[in-house]
Amino acid sequence: MAIDFQRTAPTHGARVGRKRSLWLRLHLDPWLLSILLLLIAFGLLVLYSASGMSAQTTLAQAIRMGIALVGAIVIAQFSPATLYRWTPLAYGGGLLMLIAVEIMGDIGMGAQRWLEIGPLRFQPSELMKIAMPMMLAAYLHRRPLPPSWRDLLVCGVIIAVPVLLIARQPDLGTSMLVTAAAVFVILLAGLSWRFILSLAVMAGAAMPLLWLNMHNYQRQRVLTFLNPESDPLGAGWNIIQSKTAIGSGGLEGKGWGLGTQSQLEFLPERHTDFIVAVLGEEFGLIGMATILVLYLLLVSRGLVMANQAQDTYGRLLAGSIVLTFFIYVFVNIGMVSGILPVVGVPLPLVSYGGTSSVTLMAGFGILMSIHTHRRLLKH
Amino acid sequence: MRKRRERVKDHEQEVRVFRNRSLVAAVLIVLMAGALVSRLFYLQVVEHDVFITRSDNNRMRVEPLPPRRGLIYDRNGQLLAENRPTYNLTIVRERVDDLDATLERLVQILGLPKDEVETFRERSLQRQRPYQPALLMSDLTEDQIARLAVNRYLLSGVEVEAQLMRYYPDPIVMSHVLGYVGRINADELAELDPGNYAGTHFIGKTGVEYTYEDQLHGKAGLRKVETNARGRVLRELDREPPVPGKDLTLTIDSRLQHLAYDLLGGRRGAIVAIQPKTGDILAMVSAPGFDINKFVTGISYADYRALQDDIDLPLYNRAARGQYPPGSTVKPFEALAALQNRVVDANDIVYDPGYFQLPNDTRRYHNWLRWGHGRVDLRRAIEVSNNTYFYTMAYRLGIDRLSSFMHEFGFGEVNSLDVQGALPGLMPSREWKREKYNQPWFPGETLSAGIGQGYFMATPLQLAAATATLANHGHWVRPHLAERIGDQPVKPPFPDTKPDVQVDKTQWWNDVYEGMEEVMSGREGTARKAGAGLEYTMAGKTGTAQVFSLGQNQKYNASELAERLRDHALFIGFAPVEDPQIAVAVIVENAGGGVSGLGRELTDAWLLPQSELHDQPGATVPEEVESLDGD
Repeated sequence: MAIDFQRTAPTHGARVGRKRSLWLRLHLDPWLLSILLLLIAFGLLVLYSASGMSAQTTLAQAIRMGIALVGAIVIAQFSPATLYRWTPLAYGGGLLMLIAVEIMGDIGMGAQRWLEIGPLRFQPSELMKIAMPMMLAAYLHRRPLPPSWRDLLVCGVIIAVPVLLIARQPDLGTSMLVTAAAVFVILLAGLSWRFILSLAVMAGAAMPLLWLNMHNYQRQRVLTFLNPESDPLGAGWNIIQSKTAIGSGGLEGKGWGLGTQSQLEFLPERHTDFIVAVLGEEFGLIGMATILVLYLLLVSRGLVMANQAQDTYGRLLAGSIVLTFFIYVFVNIGMVSGILPVVGVPLPLVSYGGTSSVTLMAGFGILMSIHTHRRLLKH
Repeated sequence: MRKRRERVKDHEQEVRVFRNRSLVAAVLIVLMAGALVSRLFYLQVVEHDVFITRSDNNRMRVEPLPPRRGLIYDRNGQLLAENRPTYNLTIVRERVDDLDATLERLVQILGLPKDEVETFRERSLQRQRPYQPALLMSDLTEDQIARLAVNRYLLSGVEVEAQLMRYYPDPIVMSHVLGYVGRINADELAELDPGNYAGTHFIGKTGVEYTYEDQLHGKAGLRKVETNARGRVLRELDREPPVPGKDLTLTIDSRLQHLAYDLLGGRRGAIVAIQPKTGDILAMVSAPGFDINKFVTGISYADYRALQDDIDLPLYNRAARGQYPPGSTVKPFEALAALQNRVVDANDIVYDPGYFQLPNDTRRYHNWLRWGHGRVDLRRAIEVSNNTYFYTMAYRLGIDRLSSFMHEFGFGEVNSLDVQGALPGLMPSREWKREKYNQPWFPGETLSAGIGQGYFMATPLQLAAATATLANHGHWVRPHLAERIGDQPVKPPFPDTKPDVQVDKTQWWNDVYEGMEEVMSGREGTARKAGAGLEYTMAGKTGTAQVFSLGQNQKYNASELAERLRDHALFIGFAPVEDPQIAVAVIVENAGGGVSGLGRELTDAWLLPQSELHDQPGATVPEEVESLDGD
């Protein structure tokens, strides 16, 4: 199974003939880290206001982000070859845990996403967000690209099994994000445009089928999205209140801690999924533009790093991680501002909560690992 | 696996493809970010005004501040209607998880009968806006408040709220004067100004509470508050205080009112006393009365049925709405009609053989004294209440002249300024009969009208008003219950007052007065017993009204039948004759006769300096209770 990274490594992008910098020896990327720290700092600022000036909540989140950051730095120390070796283990383990959750969900009642091991509560679907692109990248790494029909079939199976398990939990948001992460790998691997187009047409045709298989509360979310005013005190409340919060913020915002929608608790889930509405209300369009610019910088840096990767595995994995990250941002802000359905996706690095931050940071750790373990060859 | 590989990995191409795809992704990312920015620009710049308004509407709420209802006093400052703080049970439907369960639990906690659940359900719907509390029950007891407090956690959306509520210290004797306030019902809600009544639960239903609703209610204030999403008030942003309702002072003298009620002594009847010069209604009693306080708190169905089914009809305001045949009490007015129309001279003698006969008719219309009073002039005719004399006058006048003259004294019309629900009685005429029965007027009917029988109907209030006008030498003042509204006195001239009754010779008034004085003090006067020992001059006239049929609503049993077929007894009078201070009308149902004494007691009480009525009035000053704001 071992792949000779040295032999397959391309030469371009590597800084040749120079002494490895301190950053490279630490296996860290200063650009990526700076932007991450800026985002986390901005996020904590907003969270402090969104939690009603709760130092406790803010501190807890800061510690969590710190731990996640440390996790990323640790992951970055492992070489992509090691990650590659662990890929089947991560994917297989994740799949087993999803099955375990499924079984426990049958015993318990309703939505079941957690797996409890001693004091730890673990969400296998979060692991899948990373393990899925790893597995596909690893598979395609060994295949000539663009992928053949047979490869695509194998990829389809790799994707379908965990995604269906997650969707059954039911967690539509995560299953879509996992699918997105997988699809990005295949797209970046060079799937033909004709295939993409025909797949898009098929997806369009599958929409009614999807509708029929949705849970009532999921359908309700779509219907509410289409016409939130129809149930202003029930299902439409979240969107109406978040739009009101953002819209009332105007250009400059009402000021930090002065957003009436957030501080008077009209805005639901204001420190988790809807935190960007607090930002929009209190910091206005300027604040929103600022955070979008930070996200775009992060994504740009990520894409540059992906392009500098020396092998297929690293390239595809890094590209998928970066694009999925942007999808998070887009879906969350789109949902809060009322152009996408409410699917329960947190705003990366800003929303309060541990699990998703750890996963995202792990992704950035992998990104840095891929970037800093390149062979630096002379021309 | 390697065996079946047909293609070889081409790293250069893979990198090219990847770069290509990354570029496409970057373009898409920029486009998507652009979409987000456009959306945010639309929300935050283009539609900013809409959302800033929406966010203000979210946090700011305008709460009505109901005004304090004006108090009601009698003419001496005795308090008749006040506001007391009570505790009410309210419910906000939007905050209730399970309405059925909550209502059932409430009824159980309060220890009410099970069928009250339906009443509660109905009441929970009576409100003007969502999130507005609806009143379920008024006047909670201490015990009920305690039980609700203990079970509070089971009752989300249910609140106990302090509120000022109407209380009548003298509920029975004053019942028909004051009327009562009650919960605003759906029909009233549709008519009311929603802004001014936003925080008001009660409205005047009858009596002066109804007539002077606008003045008593006052003007609602409001306050703008900032609330959080759960509706809790965080701070007050702006406040416009309510304007309290105006206090109302009535012309009623509550001691005279009490005396009148006591004089009726549990019998069915009505007494109205008017000050002739001012039109002040000094007393207006309809007996039996009822407890108006019960209507404020929401009378129970059983209690209401009991009042409705009561054979004595306590809810019925006999003074203003009871239409009785006035009987012989119309004779003084008819005498004046005869004089003014010159069909008789005061000294002309009519011979009474005990009956009257129309020309060419054999039917005899009898005097009440079968053998007749012999030679009768106008004064004696009034004194002895001679029917033959007045048959003759009625015959000579004819119904047209009789009817139109009686109208001048207000018969057949509503003339009170502010007595709620007053009825016009009936002064029959040729036109009326043609319209009503499509029949010609028969001469015999003129004779009946001439002695206040037949179709002729009048209310005690009309009789008192007519007597006051008679005492005033024909000067009309509209009878009224309000003396002062706030600081503004209510005094004549009143709008739409009838023109004064004018006769050609002032002496004619005196002729009639003399006849009426003889009623009280003459040798043959029909009220001579009541008039014995008068310390002032008094004019009066007795009357009886035949009860030919019982009203549709009156149920009776055999043992009571005889009593209820007896004649109604009437009396009108005023005193002193030369300077009238009080005019009274008394009617006691099925009394047979002998109610003149009641009139005398009233004039005595009003006029004699030693009367209890003239003790220093013990005006009660109500405890000043400020309007209780909601919350």
